[in-house]
Amino acid sequence: MRISTDTLRLAVPVASLLLLLAGVFYLQPRAMSYNGLNLLFNLAVPIALATVAQMLIMAVNDLDLSMGTFVSFVACVAATYLHDAPLLGALILLAAIATYAALGVIIYLRNLPSIVVTLGMSFVWAGLAVLILPVPGGTAPEWARAVMISKPPLVPMAIIASALIAVFAHLLIMRSSLGVLIRGVGGNQRSVQRAGWSIIAARASAYALAACFAVAAGICLVGLTTGADANIALRYTLLSIAGVILGGGEFTGGRISPIGAVIGALTLTLAGSFLSFLRISPDWQIGAQGAILIMVLALRLLLNRLESKGGKP
Amino acid sequence: MKTLLSRPWIWSFIAALSVWLATIAFTGGASTVGLSQAALTFAAFSVLVGIGQMFVITLGPGNIDLSVPATMTLAGTVSLKYMDGQSGLILHGLAIAVGVGVCVGMLNYALIKALRIPPIIATLSMSFIVQSAAIWTNRGLRIKPPQALADFTTQTSFGIPNIALLALLISVAAWVLLHRTPYGRWIAAIGQSLPAARMAGIAVDGNRFVTYLLCAILAAVCGYLLACFSGGAALNMGSEYLLMSIAVVVIGGTAVAGGNSNVPGIWGASLFMFLVVSMLNTYGLGAGVRLMMTGAIIITVILLASGRTANLR
Repeated sequence: MRISTDTLRLAVPVASLLLLLAGVFYLQPRAMSYNGLNLLFNLAVPIALATVAQMLIMAVNDLDLSMGTFVSFVACVAATYLHDAPLLGALILLAAIATYAALGVIIYLRNLPSIVVTLGMSFVWAGLAVLILPVPGGTAPEWARAVMISKPPLVPMAIIASALIAVFAHLLIMRSSLGVLIRGVGGNQRSVQRAGWSIIAARASAYALAACFAVAAGICLVGLTTGADANIALRYTLLSIAGVILGGGEFTGGRISPIGAVIGALTLTLAGSFLSFLRISPDWQIGAQGAILIMVLALRLLLNRLESKGGKP
Repeated sequence: MKTLLSRPWIWSFIAALSVWLATIAFTGGASTVGLSQAALTFAAFSVLVGIGQMFVITLGPGNIDLSVPATMTLAGTVSLKYMDGQSGLILHGLAIAVGVGVCVGMLNYALIKALRIPPIIATLSMSFIVQSAAIWTNRGLRIKPPQALADFTTQTSFGIPNIALLALLISVAAWVLLHRTPYGRWIAAIGQSLPAARMAGIAVDGNRFVTYLLCAILAAVCGYLLACFSGGAALNMGSEYLLMSIAVVVIGGTAVAGGNSNVPGIWGASLFMFLVVSMLNTYGLGAGVRLMMTGAIIITVILLASGRTANLR
């Protein structure tokens, strides 16, 4: 039986995650428990959601440099308005999602570089976040807190949440007709247009869906940390891009993998824990994360080479 | 007049000039000289990194150097540590900064070429490692720069800051390099179509390598000067230059898709970016409003400037 290209694409992220997990368990056997796993992957849930959001933007050949500030903004709204006045908070978040959809349309209509527009938006989100929450604080909505600290039997919350996100994103993007349309826009916009589809609607829905996932990421993050601050998720911008690429996605052509993206996010989170278990000097922690990123990509190149060799008759 | 208005860089200068006038009008002309000199000084640093980034962006879609801030920090830290405040070692320090740039540039391109990683991810992974190296060498030390060099970077000649004169010199060299040498033609050709450039017999790899090298060297020199200007290297000294280097290039009228670049626009955009912030400061607005306005203004400028690119296509 020949392995399909998509499966092979997924093999590298899965292998790297398992390898890292094995490394963590070897260094710290106590992590091999319900609580240990929950602690290891807790913070991965919001990162996984943000990665799926970034992946949706990358599916239409754009790049969102405002992801980190947007998730921070959502976290600030969640910790203030969504807690104190849920209706107003929900309205603010809906308006933010509508803004994202509008951005997707404007970028397409005026033929703007998405990098620059989202760069500008990152200032806007950061400014709004500072206005809402000038000093760190706020309170998480009870329901978000309850979901994030819940302890389902047998499997930790973090694992169930990650699996749910992966399956949901997979069904939405790889199996639904809307998902096919969005990926088609990334693959060949003109042919999708000639086939009679509205590019504007496809782009608007890709951006709006991305915003929905990012909003979920912000709420999850607040549920975990119980409070928020305007800079809480700034590193998510680069983490989400790296997560998509680690998971087998590409910058262009609508080639993305939702399951891979979630696994990429888990791998990046785990890399941090692995390095602290290794007792690497804190000076080199960031550097070692870069090195892990490079190694995974090298592994992918190797597999791609094997694949193209195997494909020849 | 009509030919002047059709230049892509004119808009950034018009924007900078109007912001300058708006600020002067508010202060009643009280600090005209001080504001102009500060604008020229801070714009000069953005110009230095912007020129390097511009050459990289010229190479085409996906080419962006994210290691600029880390390179600046490492070059500033290492060269200040070596000079240790002795004026006799200024040139040695500069040579070390350039050496840091050469190393980072070479490693960047090695990753892009050998592992076929998209440049954004390659330079991102590299920046993690470089940043770690900077943390390791810095160790919280704050070494003062040699007095002569600190004076040079903070003083003015003929009323114009030395740094601005230096940046102007480098800009002229960059303009000549871009418009009057085969190298400039080659990278523009690569940016317009890589396969076509390759078929035309252009040494694609060599030219891309030189470009990444150039960008890293300019970032390193900028880091060296900035560290001396601000009286010591700090670990976060490069951070704002990541977005800044991309923003000034694009606002300056360089095509984000590559293949069509211009140097004067970087000056207009750099002055504009600094003047916007100082204008909003003069008006006494809070941090949140200031950030929001900055973002709104960036997006407005891009929207206004996009009219001409849409017509071209």
